[in-house]
Amino acid sequence: MSLQIKLMQIEPILAALRRHKAGTILIILQIALTLAIVCNALFIIEQRIARISRPSGVIESDLLAVENSWVGANNESMVALNRTDLTALRQLPGVRDATLSNSFPLRVGGRVTGVRIDPSAKKEIAQTAEYFTDDHALATMGAKLLAGRNFRADEVTTSDSKSYVSSPQVIITRELAERLYPDGSALGKPIYLVKDGAPSAVIGIVERLQVPWPGAWTDAFADYVVLVPVQLTDERNVYLLRAQPGQLQAISKTVPQLLFRTNRMRVIPDQRGIRSFAEVRADAYKSDIGIAAFMGVISVILLTVTAAGIVGLTSFWVGQRRKQIGVRRALGATKHDILSYFLTENLLIGAAGVVIGALLAIGLNQWMMSEFEMQRLSLLYVLAGMAVLLLLGQGAVLAPAMRASRVSPVEATRLN
Amino acid sequence: MFAYYLHLGVRSLRRNPALTALMVIAIGFGVSASITSYAVFRATSNNPIPQKSAQLFVPQIDNWGPESAAENNGEPPNALSYTDAIALMQAHKAPHQTALFPIAPSVVPDDPERLPFRPTSYAAYADTFPMFDIPFDYGSAWSSAEDQGHAAVAVIGDDLNRRLFSGANSVGRSINLDGRNYRITGVMGKWDPEPLFFDPVNTSGFSDSVQLFVPFTRAIDLQLPTVGNTACNQAPGNGWDDFLRSECVWIAYWAELPTKAEADNYLQFLQGYAAEQQRAGRFHWTPNVSLRNVTQWLVNQRVVPPESRISMLVSLGFLVICLVNTVGLLLAKCLRRAPEIGLRRALGATRKDIYLQFLIEAGTVGMAGGLLGLLLTGLGMLGVGFVFDSRIARLVALDVSLVMLTLLVAIIATVLAALYPTWRAAQVQPAWQLKSN
Repeated sequence: MSLQIKLMQIEPILAALRRHKAGTILIILQIALTLAIVCNALFIIEQRIARISRPSGVIESDLLAVENSWVGANNESMVALNRTDLTALRQLPGVRDATLSNSFPLRVGGRVTGVRIDPSAKKEIAQTAEYFTDDHALATMGAKLLAGRNFRADEVTTSDSKSYVSSPQVIITRELAERLYPDGSALGKPIYLVKDGAPSAVIGIVERLQVPWPGAWTDAFADYVVLVPVQLTDERNVYLLRAQPGQLQAISKTVPQLLFRTNRMRVIPDQRGIRSFAEVRADAYKSDIGIAAFMGVISVILLTVTAAGIVGLTSFWVGQRRKQIGVRRALGATKHDILSYFLTENLLIGAAGVVIGALLAIGLNQWMMSEFEMQRLSLLYVLAGMAVLLLLGQGAVLAPAMRASRVSPVEATRLN
Repeated sequence: MFAYYLHLGVRSLRRNPALTALMVIAIGFGVSASITSYAVFRATSNNPIPQKSAQLFVPQIDNWGPESAAENNGEPPNALSYTDAIALMQAHKAPHQTALFPIAPSVVPDDPERLPFRPTSYAAYADTFPMFDIPFDYGSAWSSAEDQGHAAVAVIGDDLNRRLFSGANSVGRSINLDGRNYRITGVMGKWDPEPLFFDPVNTSGFSDSVQLFVPFTRAIDLQLPTVGNTACNQAPGNGWDDFLRSECVWIAYWAELPTKAEADNYLQFLQGYAAEQQRAGRFHWTPNVSLRNVTQWLVNQRVVPPESRISMLVSLGFLVICLVNTVGLLLAKCLRRAPEIGLRRALGATRKDIYLQFLIEAGTVGMAGGLLGLLLTGLGMLGVGFVFDSRIARLVALDVSLVMLTLLVAIIATVLAALYPTWRAAQVQPAWQLKSN
C-alpha cells in the first residue's frame, strides 16, 4: 500500500522537476562530479595507505642510520677505517649492535641486480636489491631468520664495488626464495647474481626485508633482497645502529661525536646524515602521505560543499512552493506525505546523479590508469561512493523537507 | 551606475548571509586548491633556460639492443656509455658539447678546525659554461687545452666561494678536494636552473644548486665514481678500466646545435655512428638513436612529478564542482528575486541593466571568494612542503602573479557561473510578476 503511494508520487515529482530543469540538472551534475572525484580520491588514499603500511622487515624502533663518507681515503685504507669505526660504535654505551651496509630498507638509493638460477639464462628471473653488509646485519636490523644460518665472521670479506664479482654465500628473503625455488627448497641451493658468473649458495632465509626504494617502479620486487657478506670500500656507506631500549635519542647525539673523534676526515651530510628509522620512513613516504592527506581534505570539502548546495537549492524550492504545499495540506496530505515527497524527489535526483557519477568515476579512473600508473578502481568503491552520496543527499534534504512538512494548510489561502 | 549596482549587490548578499557565505567559501576553496596545485606545476614544468631550450640537445644511442629497448617503449638508454660519450666528444660535430656526470669530492678547508664537506659537484668539459650560459662573478671557465691536459682546475659556485673565501675573488687560489689541490679558474655567479635540466636522470630535476665543476678528463684519471645512476645490461667486469670499457650507461651528454640544419646533421651523424658500430660488430642491431632538446628531454624524463599532475587535475575538478554549486545557488537567488526584477523592469530598467546588476553582484561574490582563496592559497603554500620534496617546495611561493591570478580566476569563474542565472533573471516578464503578486 505505502509502496503504491510512493510510486504514485513519482509522476507529480517528475512533472515538478521538469519545471525546474536547470536546478535539477545542476544538482545531478554536482552529485555526479563529486562522486567521480571522491571515488578516485578515496581510491588514491587507499592505495597510498596500502603502500605506506608495507612492513620494512626491520624492527623499526631503536634503529639509527648514519650516512658516512671518507675523505681522501683509498680502498685499502678504508678497510681499516671502517673496522675501527665499527669497533668503536659497538662499544659505545647505549648501542646494542652496529653494522656497515651500502643501503637498507627505505633508504632511497642502492643497488639492483638481476637474479637467475640458470647462470646462462638470457633473461633474469627477477630483479633484486643487494645489501652488502656483515654478520651483524640481521641482529642490527632485527630481521628474522626463518631457516638456515647467519654469516660467520670469517665469511665476511671486503671489496670495492667495481671489483666485486660474486660471493660464495648469501642470505635472501623468503619472497625471493619462493620466487626462485617455488617448491620451497631454496635453502642450500645456488643462485646467480651475475650472468655466467659464479654461484652463491643460499645459507639463510629471512622472513622479510624491503628494498631501498618506496616507489612504484620497485613494486615487482619490493621484498626481493639479497644480503651479501661483503663490506664495500666505496667511499660512501651507511652505519646502522641498534640502540638499547630508550637510548635512541641519546646515541643520535653521541654517535657523530664519537665518529668525528675517531677520525675527522669524513663527511656526514647535514641533511639526512643521521636519521632514526622513523625519520627514514617519513622521508621515504612523504609524498604518499602528503597526497593522501590532500585527497582526504579535498574529499571532505567536496562532500560538504555538495551537501550545502543541496540544502540551499532545496530550501529555495520549498520556499517557492509554500503555497502549493499549503494547498496539498488543505486537500488532506499529511505532514509525512510532504516529507516523503521531498525525500523522494531528492532520491530521484540523487539516483540520476550517482548513476552518471559512477560512469564518470570509472572513466576518470581509466584515464588516470593510462597517465599515472594507477590501478583499476574497485567497483566496491563506486558502489560505496554511490551509497554515501545518496545518504548525504537524503541527509541534506531532511532539514528543508521538515520545514516544508510544517507548512500550515492556511498558507493555501494566503496571497503570497 | 556601477557604484549603485555594487551597492545593490552588497545589500542583496547581506540579505542572504548563509547562501552568500556558502558561495564565497566554495569559490575560495576551489580557487585556492587550483592555484596551489598550479603553483607547484608551474615550478616543476618551468623552462629553466628559455633562451636556449631549443638549441641544447641530448643524444641517445642504443648500445643495449632492441630487447632492452622494448622494455622502455623502444627508447635507447637515458645515458651514454663511456665509449660512446668519448666517441662523440672526439668527433666534435657540434659547435659546443660536453659529457658530464655527478661526482662527490669532499672539500677540505685549509683551516684544520673546520670539517670537510661535500658540495653538489659535476665533472664536465669546458664547453659546459658557454653552453649553459653560466654566469661568472670572477674569472672564467677553464680552457679546452686544460680539458686535453687533464688539468687540476675547478670552477666553484658563489655559495662555496663565500664559505671558503668569504666571497672574495678566489681566481688563481687553490681548493683542496679529497686531499688534492685544484686551481680555481672561475667563480660562478648565482646559477640555479630549476628544474636542473642538464641532469634530470640522476636528480629527478631537483637538486641543491651546483657549486663545483672539475674537468671530466681529470675525474676519469682519478677514478672518481659517478654518484648518479649506473645501469648495466651485463656485469661490467673487474675494476675501473673494465668499467670504462663496459656497456654500462652513466654519462649525460649535451650538444649545442643552434639551427635546425645543424640539429638535422647531428641526428644523421648519430645514425652514421651507430651504423658504424654495427659494421664494427659492437652493435648487432639497426641503429636506434634519438636527439631531444631541453623541453623534450624534461618531458621524456617526467620531471613534473605525477603527484603534481594528479593534484592539479583533482583541484581543477574540485573548482568545477564548486562553480556548478555556485551556478545552482545563484540561480536560486535570482529566481527568488523575480518579483524585485519584475518591479525594476516595470519601472524602466532594461534587460541590459538587469544583466549588469546581477553580473556585478556575482563579481562581488567572486571578489570575496578570491580574497578568501588568497588566504587559503597562502596556507596551501605552507602545505606544499608536506606533499613535495623540500627541493621542490622551496621553489613554490605566493608571488604577485599568483595573487593576481587567484583574484582573477575567482572573479572570472564566478561571473561565468552567473551568466546562466543572470540570463534567466533577464527573462523575467515584468507584467507577469506584478500580476501574480
